[in-house]
Amino acid sequence: MSGPRVSLLRSLEAEAVHAVREVAAELERPVLLFSGGKDSIALLRVAEKAFRPAPLPFPVLHVDTGHNFPEVLEFRDRRIAEAGHRLIVASVQDSIDAGRVKEQEPGASRNRLQTRTLLDALEEHRFDAAFGGARRDEERARAKERVLSFRDEFGQWEPRQQRPEPWAIYNGRIRRGEHVRVFPLSNWTELDVWRYVEAEGLELPSIYFAHRRRVIERDGMLLAWSQWVQPQDGEQVLDEQVRYRTVGDLTVTGAVRSEARDITAVISEIEASNVSERGETRADDRTSEAAMEDRKREGYF
Amino acid sequence: MAQRELLRLATAGSVDDGKSTLLGRLLLDTKLLLSDQLEAVSRDGEGPDLAALTDGLRAEREQGITIDVAYRFFATPRRSFILADTPGHERYTRNMFTGASTADLAIVLVDARHGVVTQTRRHTQISALLGIRHVVTCVNKMDLVGWEQERFEAVAADVRELAQRLAIPDPLVLPISALHGDNVVDRSERSPWYDGPPLLEHLEQLDVAADRDLSRLRLPVQWVARPANARRRGYAGQLAAGTLRAGDPVVVLPAGTRTTVSAVDTLDDDAGDASGNGAGPVVAVPPLSVTVELADDVDVGRGDVLVSPGSEPPAARELEATICWMAEEPLRPGRRYALKHTTRTVRATVQALHERIDPETLAPEREPAALALNDIGRVTLRTSSVVLADPYAENRVTGAFVLIDEHDNDTVAAGLVLSAREVRPAREGRRDVTWHASSLERERRWGALGTRGATVWLTGLPASGKSTIAVELERALVDSGRAAYLLDGDNIRYGLSDDLGFSPGDRAEHIRRVGHVARLIADSGTVAVVSLVSPMAADREAVRELHDAAGLAFLEVFVDTTPEECERRDPKGLYARARAGEIKGFTGVDAPYERPRTPDLHVPTAEVEVAPAVARIVELLRDDQ
Ligand SMILES: Nc1nc2c(ncn2[C@@H]2O[C@H](COP(=O)(O)OP(=O)(O)O)[C@@H](O)[C@H]2O)c(=O)[nH]1
Repeated sequence: MSGPRVSLLRSLEAEAVHAVREVAAELERPVLLFSGGKDSIALLRVAEKAFRPAPLPFPVLHVDTGHNFPEVLEFRDRRIAEAGHRLIVASVQDSIDAGRVKEQEPGASRNRLQTRTLLDALEEHRFDAAFGGARRDEERARAKERVLSFRDEFGQWEPRQQRPEPWAIYNGRIRRGEHVRVFPLSNWTELDVWRYVEAEGLELPSIYFAHRRRVIERDGMLLAWSQWVQPQDGEQVLDEQVRYRTVGDLTVTGAVRSEARDITAVISEIEASNVSERGETRADDRTSEAAMEDRKREGYF
Repeated sequence: MAQRELLRLATAGSVDDGKSTLLGRLLLDTKLLLSDQLEAVSRDGEGPDLAALTDGLRAEREQGITIDVAYRFFATPRRSFILADTPGHERYTRNMFTGASTADLAIVLVDARHGVVTQTRRHTQISALLGIRHVVTCVNKMDLVGWEQERFEAVAADVRELAQRLAIPDPLVLPISALHGDNVVDRSERSPWYDGPPLLEHLEQLDVAADRDLSRLRLPVQWVARPANARRRGYAGQLAAGTLRAGDPVVVLPAGTRTTVSAVDTLDDDAGDASGNGAGPVVAVPPLSVTVELADDVDVGRGDVLVSPGSEPPAARELEATICWMAEEPLRPGRRYALKHTTRTVRATVQALHERIDPETLAPEREPAALALNDIGRVTLRTSSVVLADPYAENRVTGAFVLIDEHDNDTVAAGLVLSAREVRPAREGRRDVTWHASSLERERRWGALGTRGATVWLTGLPASGKSTIAVELERALVDSGRAAYLLDGDNIRYGLSDDLGFSPGDRAEHIRRVGHVARLIADSGTVAVVSLVSPMAADREAVRELHDAAGLAFLEVFVDTTPEECERRDPKGLYARARAGEIKGFTGVDAPYERPRTPDLHVPTAEVEVAPAVARIVELLRDDQ
């Protein structure tokens, strides 16, 4: 007798819940990184389930680039308040104002600057574990990262010195000043996240669904027209029906033309699409093949 | 939720056997390659460089070999696959071990031209060792041997012979060409003589749900949820074996308490609730993560395990295990590490190193001096506290552990339990160790020193006044010309017992050690003055027996102060912290104290001052002479 079967999503959820509980039990001050995007929404749900009916035993941290979609910020505040979690916002603008980082030019992508803000926030609050929603299927450097990824006192990742992680026995031992990044959704694919959102009936920010928006076509991507993204020579502002596949710094996150107004329709479109999430919508990764690996070494998400 | 299932795969092969090409082929032919990923590896004139698709970090791109485990994902309408792509070379055995540790199925690649080579044997052996029940051997590059059936059959016969030796139940051997896609996703026309399924079909149809053990419950407790309202506590963990539903009887280990499950949350909101409403009673099965409530208010913490009655694993203090050594610095017998097993971490000493398996020849080497990086060997470990383990062959979760170096916090070994034994260090009859009587007779030694040894054992609640009496007693004895030495429980924890915590097992072990030290001091002619809570009568009794057997005086002094008074004094603020939940298992708050029934001296501190108590002890010691 082989007994009741466990579906893919339930297996992935069980594995993620296990990782969240291990870290909460073994590390002193965890925090959950929440961007308001679908991955962190799925992650937050997993974390809530891990401890229910008790409240989440750690706060939620958002690194605000200052270039966020207003719809996402609105969603973030509402979602976190409804659940009664403690929200900490670390602002890249504050890091710039304090001279911790330098902005190359106003309106340039702040993706890389986020790293400093994140590390400063971890240090300020003495967090020793940060949960993130990153997945191994996102790109090649991530494919080798551990679920519990050790960071030295400078927040850096050393891909050649990763701790072995056999089975799901996580080693969360660190020295003062060091921390771990924890990726409970490591083994989820983009479609798994969408299907989980659907199965759990999770609410998403409205920009994930088809809406009319003024966009500018640049390097084959549709960027939202905003105070930071203005048409340059020859570019036109188009009025298009679009949705987003990821949410990030709006100066580098591309929209896709879409008719999908609900989650089921979004999933069908993605199943039919043949371009990866990052390839389609993240300008920052396209610059160099090893772009992500470099940023991760520095301490990026 | 959708009924698509998950299958975990691991691949291994020597460099250039075509592992990366096979992976690229699976991704390409299941249409999972997205156009931008394909573009990144496309080359002019030729087809895509399939191998480059699955090759990750920059250092590896430079060297052209896969070093670390990389995880790949692909799916068909029936199944989703997580594939751990592991390096094949023996220099990276630890990575293969890691990648294959969770796999349901292993794919081993063989080059048709070379047949079964050492690496093939190694990979197959490691797969078998890691408890992977389904091993598929792909004889690759069949195009380079002209799709000759005889060549394939010869290789397949070697593979089957190997599988049989390693007790791999149903090995599948497939002729493929990863480069051209034959028998990978679609059946090839070039091998009409092969009547088995193509690789992907086999991966889709294999029944792995049957590999789970649904009979004997194993739920290692990860976390205790304490909801703010009056609800019961929730015990959270991931099911390692067995099933669980409301009404099931369970035993909490290591305490041995029996109780009943009153509710189960499998985290699935569509599954109805535990009371049987909705879709019927919830039955949790592995590998679900659950939260359970128990009918009785029993003491359960992280590291405990819920098991079904009658299936209890031994409360082991000794593990015989196969380990894969993963650190640069070699493993040597006698070294001590932290051992993490499910949700419990203890300390473990390498008692013996029995065997090392030569990575090249696979020949066992008896009693080696050390295990080097990537070596596999067999050891005996002695643990500081109980481990509730099953043999790995019976359970891949409760039979697995890692060793951690406590100086640099690195994970240094992955271990598989062969057997777990209940060895009580105190009782163990080791025939090769007998008490070695000193050449000087005790009476002569004591006579020459003009002193007599004995042990005064002060027991009582924390803050009951033991230390005050102990300090005064030591001074009084020394002032009167008698050698005395104060053994303070905390001081001993600082050194000799620094590997012990405050779990019941660790406390018993601590008391055992202090008891032995006291006996040695007493034997030398000094009065050992011990100040130790020592809450359990059995532990104190064992120390008394130790002294009786050695013909030494042992005075048990019960410093009797009411719990309320102790808590009122609380000089170190420990009661307050225990009440706040910061200290768990604190005697007098949430751990029991067994009052001595027939102490040699009873000191009710409410009525007796320190000085007369000390005087009375000195008197008793004198009587003993
Ligand atoms: N002719 C032929 N060549 C193959 C086949 N599979 C792989 N190769 C080639 O063998 C070489 C090594 O393959 P690769 O996948 O990098 O091997 P890995 O080291 O095991 O990952 C490459 O040049 C492949 O093109 C096959 O089925 N037939």
